[in-house]
Parts: sequence; C-alpha cells; structure tokens
Amino acid sequence: MSTSTTLEAPKSGTWDGGNEPMKASYGKLMMWFFLLSDAFTFGAFLIVYGLSRHAHTPYTGEAEAFTFSTEWWPIPEKVFNAFPGFHGVDLPLAFVALMTMILIFSSVTMVLAVEAGHRMDKKDVEKWLLWTILFGGTFLACQAWEWTHFIVGTDEGMLLPDGSRYYGASMAFNQYGPPLFANLFFFITGFHGFHVTIGWVLLLVAFISTVNGVYHKRGHYEMVEKIGLYWHFVDLVWVFVFTFFYLI
Amino acid sequence: MAHHIENDFQQTAEIPKPQTKAIWRTFFILVGLTALEFLFAFTMDAGTARNAIFIILTIFKAFYIVAEFMHLKHEAKSLIWSIIIPLALVVWLMVALLAEGSYYYESITNYFK
Repeated sequence: MSTSTTLEAPKSGTWDGGNEPMKASYGKLMMWFFLLSDAFTFGAFLIVYGLSRHAHTPYTGEAEAFTFSTEWWPIPEKVFNAFPGFHGVDLPLAFVALMTMILIFSSVTMVLAVEAGHRMDKKDVEKWLLWTILFGGTFLACQAWEWTHFIVGTDEGMLLPDGSRYYGASMAFNQYGPPLFANLFFFITGFHGFHVTIGWVLLLVAFISTVNGVYHKRGHYEMVEKIGLYWHFVDLVWVFVFTFFYLI
Repeated sequence: MAHHIENDFQQTAEIPKPQTKAIWRTFFILVGLTALEFLFAFTMDAGTARNAIFIILTIFKAFYIVAEFMHLKHEAKSLIWSIIIPLALVVWLMVALLAEGSYYYESITNYFK
C-alpha cells in the first residue's frame, strides 16, 4: 500500500525530477548549453584571428594604392570584391552583403516557423520551414562560389619578387596576404559553413517529420523550436564573422 | 460530429498571429543595422573609430538575434545569466589576446633595431 501511494504522489520537489530547471524543457536547455560551448569554439577562432592580425604588419598606405603582399595583412574589401556574373568589376563586399541578407531572411522564416508551431499550424510550419531550407541552401551555394573564387584567385594575382605571379590560395601560400590569412579564412568560414550544412540537414528532417505529422501527433513542435535555436545561432555566428573578417 | 470536433479544433488552433509583428520589427532592425554598417564601411576611413562603430553595431545585432529570435529575453533570469556570464569572460579573453598579439608584434619588429 505504501508503494502505491509513493507512485501516485506527484514528483514536484526541486530534486525529484518533477520540475523544469530554469523553466525550460530538458531539450531546449541542453541546446542552449551546447550552443554556449559552440560559441566558445567560434570565439576561439575569432580570438586567434584577432591575435594573428595584431601580430602582423598592418597596411598603412592609401586604400587606392593597395596591392596584395605577404608583407602586410590585406584589406578585406580588396579581397572580397567579386560578384558572380560581374567578372573583373570591383564590387567591394557586395556578395557578402547578399549572403548576410539571405541568412537574416532565413532566420526570420525560421522564427515564423517556430511561431506557427506554437499555434499548432501544420501548414504554416511546412511553408516557413520550406522557405528556411531554400534560403539556407542558397547561402551554402553562395559560400561554395566564394570559396571557389578565393581558391582560384583573381586575374592579377600577387607579384612575386622574381617577377612571376601567384594566383589563388592554398593552406601553404595565398595571393592575398600572409599564409595565416587564407588559413583563417578556410577554418572560420569553413567551420561556419559546416554548421550551416548540419542545420540544413536538421531542417530537412524537421520538414519531413512535419509533413508526416509526427510533431502534430506529439502535441507540440518543440523539435522545430530546438532546431530554430541552432539555426539562429548559426546566423549569430555569421554576424560576428561578417564584422571581424569582412568589415574590420 | 467527428468532423465538427475537428473543425472546432482547427478553429481554436488558428489564432491570429500576434507574434509576427515583433518578428518583422526585429528583422527590419537587423537589416537597418547591417545597412548602417555598410554605410560606415564606404564613407568612413578605416581606423579605431570605425572599428569601434562596427563592434557596437554587431553587439546590437547580436542582442536582437539572441533576445528576440532565440527568445532569451523571455526566459528565466538564471538561464539568461548562465548564458551571458561565460560569454562575457570570452570577450575578456579576446581583449587580452589582442593586447598579447600587439606585444608580440612590437617585440619581433623592435628586437633587431
């Protein structure tokens, strides 16, 4: 008899497992702390970028007279000035601006999907998830183009002391500046792109589950919310990468 | 009857979107801040002042994404602080290592003078 009473008693004490710490569900809380640890990783990358940049000679001349050299750290708007379909036209940061807009848009459609999930509106969740998948895929395609351009290089390349020219970038040497510049570009934007790819796959899974009515039967769309948290984090990282890699 | 219940459920489920207004407001703020960053990137000469403006605008953007899109502003106080305090310590590390990078550069450039 005593057993049955203990079983029936609701476990509501702080340490009985009957409550939600910080008033957030287990899944959301764990997603938050995962994102915090992920922020440390990205923070480490950006800290290394800042340290490396301060440990290299800055370019002090006129911006118009800038040339690529291993002597100094490049000015980002002279490196990232290409746009697909506009070969040889100097469009500083235009393509990055487009990518930033696409990612902000995808964040908005994601939050609209979460909002639709709160209202248990299956149709709207599907619609907004599909938009997010579309924008996320476009962003990945843009990044693929940017990497290709960065690796292949520009028409001018870098003039080497022996009179020859070096085009593009690899881990060992690049036409834009010190070797660390390309290395950090590959690692920081690559790690971010990897995160976007994972988020994109998660979005596909969520979309298929939504269409199959998995979440509707479950009674809540918390999975969409958790993937949403991850997706916004990816957008947040891009905001920082954009500032520290492309603007400053 | 079953149809009626289902319909009723649909009716109660379709609440007009009161949240959407705040979402779009946040979106326009983010777009505006990004546009402002580009304005400064093209009209201002590079330097400490411009970099400071970029960093301040970035922090504003980060605030809007985390507070509104990730809904952190509306979570429990303890959750807010357990996210913000570790990140503040990371910012400290960043500032410290920037100084370290400058010191390293000073050392190697002035060593042979």
